Amino acid sequence: MKCGVYYRKLKDRLFFLTVCMFSFLTAVPLVAIISEVVLKGFRQINWAFFTEQAPSTLDAMIARNSGSILPGGIANGIAGTLLMVAAAALMAVPAGILCGIALAEKPKSFFSGTVRFIADLIQGTPSIVIGIIAYIWVVVPMKTFSGFAGSVALAIMMLPLIIRSTEEALKMLPSSLKEAGLALGSSYTSVVIRVMLPSAFGAIFTGILLSVSRVMGETAPLMLTALGCSVINWDIFTPSSAVPLLVWEFYNDPNLVDMIWSSSLFLLALIFIFNLISKIIIRKYV
Amino acid sequence: MSETNDKIDTVLRMRNVCISYTRDKMAVNDVSADIARNRITAIMGPSGCGKSTLLRAVNRMHELYPDITVKGDILLNGKDIMKMNPMEVRRMAGMVFQRPNPFPTMSIYENVVAGLKFNDIKQGRSERDELVENCLRSVSLWDEVKDSLNKRGTFLSGGQQQRLCIARALALKPDVLLMDEPTSALDPVATNRIEELLLELKQQLTIVIVTHNMSQAARISDYSMFMYLGELVEFDNTEKMFTAPSDKRTEEYLNGRFG
Repeated sequence: MKCGVYYRKLKDRLFFLTVCMFSFLTAVPLVAIISEVVLKGFRQINWAFFTEQAPSTLDAMIARNSGSILPGGIANGIAGTLLMVAAAALMAVPAGILCGIALAEKPKSFFSGTVRFIADLIQGTPSIVIGIIAYIWVVVPMKTFSGFAGSVALAIMMLPLIIRSTEEALKMLPSSLKEAGLALGSSYTSVVIRVMLPSAFGAIFTGILLSVSRVMGETAPLMLTALGCSVINWDIFTPSSAVPLLVWEFYNDPNLVDMIWSSSLFLLALIFIFNLISKIIIRKYV
Repeated sequence: MSETNDKIDTVLRMRNVCISYTRDKMAVNDVSADIARNRITAIMGPSGCGKSTLLRAVNRMHELYPDITVKGDILLNGKDIMKMNPMEVRRMAGMVFQRPNPFPTMSIYENVVAGLKFNDIKQGRSERDELVENCLRSVSLWDEVKDSLNKRGTFLSGGQQQRLCIARALALKPDVLLMDEPTSALDPVATNRIEELLLELKQQLTIVIVTHNMSQAARISDYSMFMYLGELVEFDNTEKMFTAPSDKRTEEYLNGRFG
């Protein structure tokens, strides 16, 4: 009998060790990636990095040969990313929330089923395909690459995330809340706007933040739409740069390779901050 | 009923009300009843007998759920509720639910005036303050919350929350207050306060209360309905029903032999 207990204890210990080992194994590459990006990117981070546009190949070459850090920064990318993500959010957030309300309120209708299916499909579509679609829809008729085309591509990618998170947030609310509102003689619209949406605000906002941080690092759809721009450009209807686009450009230029790491660090930090904010909001409101 | 209809003012008239959740099963079967104004009418019966279902038909709550069908006529102040706007019906017939459900994002003050806001009833600041005070006073919550009107409604205790929900319903000055087991989630002290409150409130309005607590019905109601398996078995003066029920099933239920 005692032997049986000993055997079971051993099995228990063994299982625990296996779980620990595999979780450690998955953590190793993560830590390695982050530490590499931080260590290699940190050197380039200074004030100019946030305020100046990307250096030319020649300037970078001179700096490299003299052994100093590369001049310039990624301000053109930051400007483009901010502009495009903001424009994309402006398009995707209202549409996504309204769509999410429809799905939560009429979960079994044919419309909801179709929208849910399409949303899942878009979420699984490779981002380059969405880039091509934005190219055909926006770039071709407007006859120019533009930040606007890029934001359309990003908005399409944000939509399913916002729709589903709004739907889930509203579904989590107890039905008594809606009944309480209607029982006070409220119209349906009033209940949705004044009771349901405020109550689900935290969860919906979190969904929006996560979708923003998701599209912020997208490169492929922007290659076909925003194209890139070497100066700081706030005009959304002309070609625009973005941080992930710059990473790609730096990669293709041997003189600018060092900038990859600092740009990656910037993106990583930005996404980290967005995730952190959404975590805080979840803890506070949900 | 012991009193005839012309002596008592009827505020709510139900005629042959049938409600079903699925096609083949009736939850409420052919119920007809007249509810007297400024009286408390209790609906009793074992779980699943259709008490709440009947109550929720009065303010057309069932319309939220497309599977539920309601047949028969319900007249509120002589008007067919199905011919009225549902928002109007619900404003005239306020509802208090089983679990206290103040709006979580609103303060105590905002919770009380929520109904006015929903109905786009504009009021001056002082007028509104007065209304909030009156409503909270009539549910005897004013002294407890007057210094924390800006705090969230959910910050109150369960009994206080339920009284807040009653105040919220009263703010719209309804003719009828429908209460769906309003004390079943509360402790005896809180229950007692709500019962006292209801006895005061019946001066102003008509109360229909669903309860599976027989002693509660005996304590506060003027009239009692006994429902069983979706049917209205007996509807009479509470005193008469509890002392000399005319139906055998009522007697058995009141004696605790089933339900």
